[in-house]
Amino acid sequence: MTPTVMVLIASPLRSYTGADEVEATGASLGALLQDLDRRYPGIRFRMVDEQDQLRRHMRFFVNGEIVKDLSYPLRAGDEVGIVQALSGGERSALP
Amino acid sequence: MAKSGKAKKPANDKLLLVATRKGAWIYRGDAARKQWRSSGPHFLGHIIHHMMLDPRDGRTLLAAASTGHLGPTIYRSTDLGKSWKEATQPPAFKKREGGRTVRHTFWLTPAHGNEPNVWYAGTSPQGLFRSEDGGVTWNEFSGLNDDKQYREWMGSEQDGTPNGPMLHSIIIDPRDPKHMYFAMSGGGVHETLDGGRHWAPLIEGMEVVAGFDAKTVSFHDPHCVRLCPSNPDRLYQQNHCGIYRLDRPGKVWKRIGKAMPATVGDVGFPMVVHPRDDNACWVLPMDGQTVWPRTSLDGKPAVYGTGNGGKGWTRLDAGLPRREAWWTVKRQAFAADAGAPVGLYFGTTSGELWASRNEGKAWSCIARHLPEIYAVETGIVG
Repeated sequence: MTPTVMVLIASPLRSYTGADEVEATGASLGALLQDLDRRYPGIRFRMVDEQDQLRRHMRFFVNGEIVKDLSYPLRAGDEVGIVQALSGGERSALP
Repeated sequence: MAKSGKAKKPANDKLLLVATRKGAWIYRGDAARKQWRSSGPHFLGHIIHHMMLDPRDGRTLLAAASTGHLGPTIYRSTDLGKSWKEATQPPAFKKREGGRTVRHTFWLTPAHGNEPNVWYAGTSPQGLFRSEDGGVTWNEFSGLNDDKQYREWMGSEQDGTPNGPMLHSIIIDPRDPKHMYFAMSGGGVHETLDGGRHWAPLIEGMEVVAGFDAKTVSFHDPHCVRLCPSNPDRLYQQNHCGIYRLDRPGKVWKRIGKAMPATVGDVGFPMVVHPRDDNACWVLPMDGQTVWPRTSLDGKPAVYGTGNGGKGWTRLDAGLPRREAWWTVKRQAFAADAGAPVGLYFGTTSGELWASRNEGKAWSCIARHLPEIYAVETGIVG
C-alpha cells in the first residue's frame, strides 16, 4: 500500500496548496512530489527541474533529516518538510 | 505621477505593462495619455522578466516569472490581470543525459495575426519555445535547441550576460508567419524563411569587440532587434557594438550609430521603432567606455531619435534630469505606443517610469520608487 505522509509546505509554495501542511502519498520522495503535482498542478516544476534535479534552493527533510535523493523511500507516518534555503545578494541581472 | 486604484475598463484604453525584479504593475492611461492609474503589484516578490498583452484580442496577458528560489513559470490572464493562471507546462528543455534547464523565460512574442493563441518564448539559457494554446503549454520549437551548430553558437551558461545567455528579439514577419528572426546574447541574429525548419545567421556588417573575429557568430551580441511595422523589410538593431539598420533583401547591417555624436557613442540596450514611419526609431545611449558602466553618459540621460533612417540623430532630453542621473535602461524597458504622435515610455533599473506623449520632445515621470524595472511594454485594451 502506498504510504501516506504529512508534508510541511514552504511559504512560497502555499499559493498552490492553500495550506502549510497537506497529506500526500508516495513510496519515495520523487513519487510524493508527483502526487503533490497531481493534487496541486505546477508545484513540482517549481521544486524540481526538467532534468529531475532538485532546484538549487530547495531542501527536503524526512523526519528531520535532510534528503537529497528523489528515490529516498518513504513509510507511512513519515513527516516530510519542504523548505527553501533563502539567500540574497546574488549576482544581479544585467540588461 | 500615476494614481493608484481601480480603473474603469473601456476598450481602447492604453496600457503600460511594467515588469520588475519584485513584481509587475499595470498602468492604464486615458485617451490623452495624461492620467495613468496603476494596479499592482502583481506577483509581489516574483521576478517578472517580461509581460505582454496579446494584440490579437487585447485581453490576454502573459507574464514570464521566476523567483530567486523557485523554478520559472508563465502566468496567464484573460481579464487584464484581475486573475492569473499558471501555465500547466512552462518552457522546459527535454529530459536527456546532460540536458539543460531553463533558468527563466526572458522574452515573449505573440505570433502572427493569423495564428491566434500561438506565442513564442526565448529563454536563458538560450532556447526557443512555442505555445499553441495561448501560453498554457509550451514545447521546444524547431529543433534549434538541440542543433549541434546552434548549441555551439549559444555557448555555455558562462558565455552570456551575468544573468545568463538570453534568446530574445523573436520577430514574426507580419506578411508571413514562417518568416521569423531572433537574436542571442551572445550568438548573433538569425532568420528562418520556412517556419523554423532551417535557420541562418544574419551577422554581416555587425561589429564585435576589437580584437575578435567578426566572422565568429558567437562573438556577436545584438542587444535588441526590431522590425518596422510599416515596412517589414527594414530592421533596426541596438548592439553591444553599435546601432545598425538592415534593409532586406539585403544581408549586410549598416552601422548607423556612426552618425551619433562622438561624445555619446552608440552603445546601449533598447531599440524602439516608429509604428508608421520606417525612418524613425529611438535609442537610449549608455556609457560603453573603459569598464562599461552602462549608465547615462555623464549622468545626463537622453533619448536619441532619428527621422531619416539613422543619417542623423536628435537629442531628446527635455524634462529629464539635467545631471546626476546615473540610469541604466534594459533592452526590454523602452517601448512605443501606436498613438499620433507616438508615445514613448521607458523604465530605469532605479525604478522610475518615464513617458513622452510627443515622440520624445518632452518627458515626464509617471512613477518612482518601483523595484528594478526589467521590461516596459505597451498595449491597447480590446
